Amino acid sequence: MTGQRLMSANRAVAEAVKLSEAKVVSAYPITPQTSIVEYLSEFIAKGDMDAEFIQAESEFGAMSACIGASSVGARVFTASCSQGLALMHELNYVAAGLRLPIVMAVTNRQLSQPLGMWCDHSDAMGERDAGWIQIYVETCQEALDTVIQAFKIAEHKDVLLPVMVCFDGFILSHTSENIKIPSQEAVRKFLPAYKPDADYHTLMDTKKPLAAGGGCPPAYGTEFDFKKFEAQEKAKEVIRKVDQEFADSFGRQYGLVEAYRCDDADVVLIAMGTVVGTAKEVVDKMREEKGWPVGVLKLRSYRPFPKEDVLKATAHAKVVAVLNRAISYGVGTPVYSDVAATLYGNSHRPILLNFIAGMGGRDVTQKTIAAVFEKAKKSADTGKVESELEWADLNKALVGA
Amino acid sequence: MAYSDEDLIMVPGNRACPGCGAVLAVRHALNALGKNIIVHVATSCMEVSIMGGGVFPRGEYPLMVPSIHTAFETSGAVVSGMDAGLKALGKREGIQLVAIAGDGGTADIGLQTLSGAVERGHDFIYICYDNEAYMNTGNQRSGTTTMFAATTTSPVGSKKRGERHLLINLKKDMPAIMAAHGIPYVATASIAYPADLVKKVKKAATIRGPKYIQIHCPCATGWGFPESKTVEMARLAVQTGSWILYEIENGKKTVSLKVAQRKPVKEYLTLQKRFTHLTDDEISQIQELVDRKWKELDLS
Repeated sequence: MTGQRLMSANRAVAEAVKLSEAKVVSAYPITPQTSIVEYLSEFIAKGDMDAEFIQAESEFGAMSACIGASSVGARVFTASCSQGLALMHELNYVAAGLRLPIVMAVTNRQLSQPLGMWCDHSDAMGERDAGWIQIYVETCQEALDTVIQAFKIAEHKDVLLPVMVCFDGFILSHTSENIKIPSQEAVRKFLPAYKPDADYHTLMDTKKPLAAGGGCPPAYGTEFDFKKFEAQEKAKEVIRKVDQEFADSFGRQYGLVEAYRCDDADVVLIAMGTVVGTAKEVVDKMREEKGWPVGVLKLRSYRPFPKEDVLKATAHAKVVAVLNRAISYGVGTPVYSDVAATLYGNSHRPILLNFIAGMGGRDVTQKTIAAVFEKAKKSADTGKVESELEWADLNKALVGA
Repeated sequence: MAYSDEDLIMVPGNRACPGCGAVLAVRHALNALGKNIIVHVATSCMEVSIMGGGVFPRGEYPLMVPSIHTAFETSGAVVSGMDAGLKALGKREGIQLVAIAGDGGTADIGLQTLSGAVERGHDFIYICYDNEAYMNTGNQRSGTTTMFAATTTSPVGSKKRGERHLLINLKKDMPAIMAAHGIPYVATASIAYPADLVKKVKKAATIRGPKYIQIHCPCATGWGFPESKTVEMARLAVQTGSWILYEIENGKKTVSLKVAQRKPVKEYLTLQKRFTHLTDDEISQIQELVDRKWKELDLS
């Protein structure tokens, strides 16, 4: 299938996995991820995709099977979210520690309790420090393109880390867009077959026996951590390079971040996922109707965290407002903490505001975002911060606040 | 079972306790399987003993074949992935996948991934070395701990008499659970009968699909007996009928060793510290369960 077609992000991701010629797919059903692996099962059953599919007995088993398949040299894909991603938690560290280039689509969904199947970023945030690269995408097209890029990033010799391609559950997973589908030949040229070697990779090869994953005493553990950290740092350049090569081949480019109208902005809103699209509209309106110089910075790569790009995009801002779809209980929000840590060491330190919105699938509307900009504008004008943390879409009557 | 140095898959040098039964089980099994194997070792005594065990990057890696440890409960799923990966790459032929796990990693925490792997029909040999408790963490009870045995989490006190009571099995019957999945080969073995053990492992290697072998291997440290008596203890388990050697091939059960003169279980139990608290009545309860099993098998 090439050309253009109307499809959801889940279908687009399945097409990307097929085009990437993944050899093993192992997963376990969970809403709203399930249709990704249903499509893949169908491709394989019909002979359109030359791969093995394992429906594991749990997400835990799915990630274990991915580790097994990757350890014998196969290009591997899985998809999950929410409770399923949480169940994988232990193995996510193992996959990163063994330096296996597994790619996983995460259809971001809230974590119980309360039980809900709707979008927020709590699930992927729980895996933030596992060593995986995390890329948050904004559109269905970007989901397709990023999965293809993800294999190339993960398998790069300077990286060798697994990659999560995160996109908002339902909002993208079940919404259709007109998608451009690259040709198999073009993708194969961009992303040749994965050919690991036991001299360099964690590879179970009877011709070159090695032992992997055994006990490691304090004398060596830190060095493993250092190498993983270093790989995340190097991944920034690799992501950039792969993105450029992708642009050269397919004409679409995304970057580690996307700074939308940030150059002259007094207020820069930082966000991830589909909220960015809505925020761009609000930015245009604010500029047009009120003449306010505002912009939005999309964090596409969250791990590695693109410090340099964040500093560049906020270099002239008076106020930086961070809109989070996840909470770090007892302190605030994860993205805010990362942005604050980035800005603190910098000579230009704008006012920093922290907003929570869109938890448990609550729609982040233009109205919500406009209110955030208004608060931020007020801070820009007065130089004051009204409150350290704002619940932007809280129904105060329900909680008696 | 004489092997030349070049044929050894597991060479001398590991970090197991003196008198370890599990090391014997794994050594016999792997040496019998030869070079074209890939081994997954679950978190367990053997992971610590033969997968580095604190001496990275050199030292006690006695396996001469590719080996990997991922986590405790992953064995079934990891070998499933290896099976699928090799198949998808066209490299499946001629390679035997071997999963090694202890009884806790098999009957408790790893049961789910193992059940999934065998139900899906992946091609691998699963070796459960059964020392009847979590010995790697210092002797806590597992699903295969024998009835009444004292462990650190099933201690004996005024209110408790060691491990669970009043069951119709001495311990969780893992081979039966595996057989119930309808897999082509299930076997029990003992380190005291290495020729039988090796024969079963070699037979398993000729069969396509999931194969499950549970090897009984006493633990001197955990059970409390002199480290020179490991093999003797394993032999007594078989000779008293507490551990029965059999195969289940395509659903058909065949007893490998029909013990002619079964010894009383008391001879086995009283040599172990974990059973020193047993009353005569408790010993006869165990004896009754053993007798019943033999009657069911039409052996007694």
